[in-house]
Amino acid sequence: MDTAGGLESRTGLELLRTMWRIRVFEERVGELTRANEVYGLVHLSIGQEAVAAGVCLELRPDDVVYSGHRAHGHAIAKGAPLGPTMAELMGRVDGLCHGLGGSMHLVDAEHGMLGATGVVGGNVPLALGSALAGRLQGHDSVAVVFFGDGAVQAGIFVESVNLATLWQLPVILVCENNGFAEFTPRSAHTNVERVSDVVAPYGLERETVDGNDVVAVRSAFARFCAAARSGEGPFLLECLTHRLRGHYEGDPQRYRDALAADEWQELDPILRLQRRGIAEGWLGEDAPARLEQAAREEVDEAVRFARASAFPPATLTADFVYAS
Amino acid sequence: MAHELPYIAAIEEAIREEMERDETVLYFGQNIATTENDPFLQAFGGNRVRVTPISETAEIGMAVGAAFAGYRPVVELYMAEFMLVAMDQVVNEAPRFHYMSGGQVKVPIVLKAGYGFTAGWAGQHTGSIYGMFMGVPGLKVAVPATAADAKGLMTAAIRDDNPVVFFHHYLLTLEHGDVPDGEYVVPLGEAAVRREGTDVTIVAIGYLVGTALAAAEQLAAEGISAEVIDPRTLAPLDTATILTSLEKTGRLVVVDQSTRHGSAAAVIAAEAASEGFASLRAPVSLVTALDATIAYSKPMEEYVLPDEAKIVAAAKQVLGSSPVAA
Repeated sequence: MDTAGGLESRTGLELLRTMWRIRVFEERVGELTRANEVYGLVHLSIGQEAVAAGVCLELRPDDVVYSGHRAHGHAIAKGAPLGPTMAELMGRVDGLCHGLGGSMHLVDAEHGMLGATGVVGGNVPLALGSALAGRLQGHDSVAVVFFGDGAVQAGIFVESVNLATLWQLPVILVCENNGFAEFTPRSAHTNVERVSDVVAPYGLERETVDGNDVVAVRSAFARFCAAARSGEGPFLLECLTHRLRGHYEGDPQRYRDALAADEWQELDPILRLQRRGIAEGWLGEDAPARLEQAAREEVDEAVRFARASAFPPATLTADFVYAS
Repeated sequence: MAHELPYIAAIEEAIREEMERDETVLYFGQNIATTENDPFLQAFGGNRVRVTPISETAEIGMAVGAAFAGYRPVVELYMAEFMLVAMDQVVNEAPRFHYMSGGQVKVPIVLKAGYGFTAGWAGQHTGSIYGMFMGVPGLKVAVPATAADAKGLMTAAIRDDNPVVFFHHYLLTLEHGDVPDGEYVVPLGEAAVRREGTDVTIVAIGYLVGTALAAAEQLAAEGISAEVIDPRTLAPLDTATILTSLEKTGRLVVVDQSTRHGSAAAVIAAEAASEGFASLRAPVSLVTALDATIAYSKPMEEYVLPDEAKIVAAAKQVLGSSPVAA
């Protein structure tokens, strides 16, 4: 049998592989930011990888996802190739968006990563439009939007929840509740503890899960996703998670105390799944090192690809202001 | 052959014909299709024609997402000012995604926005706010002045692969005009010379094209030959037609119902000064609203707005000014 504790080894390995790819990619992005090879403003999702991995494992290429300023993990989990993603962050012509979008505006239409927006909450209604389009076309595709708990206090969130429930759109709202809206703790920006409570009056199905438990994320999302494919919606999945890094790379984080190393060992979604895999017997003792090493080799190759790519020519400016 | 239609009916004719021609065209917004007898609802059904809550940001954002998937939504906004609550979608999302994605996605949406209801609708429903949008890269801005252009520009806007803000002037709503029969498209980015003349160029926007033509008639009676240009779209702006006219007349009056600072008129004047300086024989004159909120009281409303007399006075002023050394 390929299963242990309800988790198939194949699924467990896939989740670990995705999380390692995101983790190592973003650690490298942090280094390249400090070395000025990654040029602009960068927000890392290190610590939150389980949400991207758990959700995107259920998605097909024709399903679309939207993200916000902390988008690298979602793009990678949805299938964006690491080389062009790294090239985009380095502003190169072979980047996903030819260097015109950057970290906060990653788009990989081919893989259904339809877009990251840099204005908190601005992505939520876009996902409604994708869901509406899928419904009108008679497809069973779904739309997913990732956003943080800060976005819930933006008016557009309530507008979108109302409209999505009114029109029963197959959209799954995935909130990464890391307890901080940029630099501000949740207690300072709302009295409502749970995002799932905010949407209660609209009657949509919702669930709050431990967002650092990738298996829990995946199971809850899979249930919503299947229901959305069969014509129901919308849904809200709130994932309680932890942003290990600052709001942006270089953030001195004076607004919070760093997590103790042993606390992080307990929380780290990768270590947690590895401990589980070893305990359940579907992961060998030496597998974690191999998974990490494989991710490092892939990221090394992505950096080589990006460095070898030229900066975009100025003529691209005129090419893309208007679509023709 | 042509048929006569009120300006607003010409707009609706364009939307209806495009919805018949192309099933990816959607129409949604506030207060539309609220009864089963609604002609759009009857013709196209509740999937393509939808009433929305008062949620401009969600309406426009949803249109953007649907456009990514190949739909062409027309969003009914009624009042241009209502767009201001959704500026993130209008400015940051809709017009930037094609560029930021390196051309991977297109956003063919039309934002239909009425403006300039200067008939006692006071401070928040009378603005001629197109100038705020003409400088947003990726956004197109149409300001039809006639029933024919209302149809032709709406048709072009729906077919365009970019987001277009379609500003229709409320005081033109029931103004009748001849609309060409059959398919009629006015390309975005082509100005119209409404009246030819040799002494002074008057560029007028939207509703004020009619006022400028009346002023030109008055000037003609006094022996002054005014050329009247209607830009029809502010983005793209057909500066070439304006500069060509300026080469002939050497004098420019720009007429705009917007407040003056940051207006389309100011941009046109800057283009003339920058690209047409050698043609100018007098300073450019701007006939705009005063930089004030439109008041409710009728005499106060008239006080701040451009009118025929102000246009005539401006034309005479630029003709009487000392020539600039060539």
